[in-house]
Amino acid sequence: MTEAKRTGLFDLHQELGARMVPFAGYDMPVQYPLGVLGEHRHTRAKAGLFDVSHMGQVLLRPVSGNVEQAARALETLVPADLIGLQPGRQRYGVFTGDTGGILDDLMIANRGDHLFAVVNAACKDADIVHLGRLSDHCSVEEVTDRALLALQGPAAAAVLSALVPAMRDMRFMDVDICDSDWGPLWVSRSGYTGEDGFEISVENARAEEFARALLAHDDVEPIGLGARDSLRLEAGLCLYGSDLDDTTSPVEGNLAWSIQKVRRKGGAREGGFPGADRIVEELARGPARLRVGLLPEGRAPMRAGTPLFGEQEDTDPMGQITSGGFGPSVDRPIAMGYVKTAHAALGTPLWAELRGRRLPVTVAELPFRPATYKR
Amino acid sequence: MKYTEDHEWLRDEDGLIVVGITEHAATQLGDVVFVELPEEGTEVAKDDEIVVIESVKAASDILAPLDGEIVEVNEALADNPGLVNEDALGEAWFFKIKPSDLSPMEDYMDEAAYREFIG
Repeated sequence: MTEAKRTGLFDLHQELGARMVPFAGYDMPVQYPLGVLGEHRHTRAKAGLFDVSHMGQVLLRPVSGNVEQAARALETLVPADLIGLQPGRQRYGVFTGDTGGILDDLMIANRGDHLFAVVNAACKDADIVHLGRLSDHCSVEEVTDRALLALQGPAAAAVLSALVPAMRDMRFMDVDICDSDWGPLWVSRSGYTGEDGFEISVENARAEEFARALLAHDDVEPIGLGARDSLRLEAGLCLYGSDLDDTTSPVEGNLAWSIQKVRRKGGAREGGFPGADRIVEELARGPARLRVGLLPEGRAPMRAGTPLFGEQEDTDPMGQITSGGFGPSVDRPIAMGYVKTAHAALGTPLWAELRGRRLPVTVAELPFRPATYKR
Repeated sequence: MKYTEDHEWLRDEDGLIVVGITEHAATQLGDVVFVELPEEGTEVAKDDEIVVIESVKAASDILAPLDGEIVEVNEALADNPGLVNEDALGEAWFFKIKPSDLSPMEDYMDEAAYREFIG
């Protein structure tokens, strides 16, 4: 086994009393002394600080100097309208494979003369190799000298703007480079909790100092991967590797919204990405299965892998849960998973098999808790 | 008090054995959000999985430490599973068992041995 990698905040996590676990090749904090429930609730009530430095930060610089060249090139790997992505704006997308499955999901920002992408930790090495296909059009540079922090929750904007006044006018999915006492910060008003908040890339050398400045505020607590998972599940957001994988198309994954019209059938730049045949067809005709929200009846959490049945007596499952657990802010078990499209309508009663028993579960709207983004 | 390698504590209460999990186990589990208890009157065999505990992280089982009959369960845990984190050794007992065979008790650890066991 190779030694787990450490982020620039490893010492701080230890000092804060984090319990560290291996995650995507890194030693990461799963929880701090506040505990998963407390951290979850604190993020929804005030502000939580997350170390997401394990994620990949990638710069795509166009050979010509014109960002449209990089956007056009990336459109060959990502079914999204990237040429139409305005400077200072960010958008969600997925890398698709030749059979239409998802290789990773990512955020893509237009920073005027280049693109900046944030990809999942577990996929980043493969993503960078994959992006190498674009080398005739843009250089691909993994950023290894910067940490990535997320500050999430209703108090995030007040906390951050006191320290970094330059971010004051940003709205949801804006990106900017803000001067600060900790050097230039690459800020986006986004996150993965359903809360208003920010993701902030900061030089490794200044990261701990910056994190301490944020944590010095009474409203800010450090938050581990445990609460990050329950927050994103309540927000109806996918975890790559659990809810999405290389067999799942973005249409099945209920991510069709991330494929703008211009890339669909009849659009000006229809198709032209890996797996387009399957995906364009599914967009037009509907997929065979769909990711849906699920509300288990009763108090027992239903976790990933739980099989789903259309009828209580059915012998063969027609779907399964891919993420599930307890939602602290909705105070009940919640889950999401894949079901055959015929069973995907809101309110459809289904059955889940838990410890040998069939228990009722209902198809429900996502997110479980409305997002509070500042649009 | 006796302790099992599965981090259960067993306390003799006038011939009934009260069973819970240790503070060490509760800390390792993290915040408990769901507890499923057996029915009173159930006959159990040692090592049967009779309680399900779900924390924010994972599901785990509690095994019957002895053969016998479940004579009482702690219904308070169904309404307030967080008791397991607040008072593992007291209020958060899981069930009382009327043992039909007490001999495994001799193999279970005393407190000093348990402390050594968890290091």
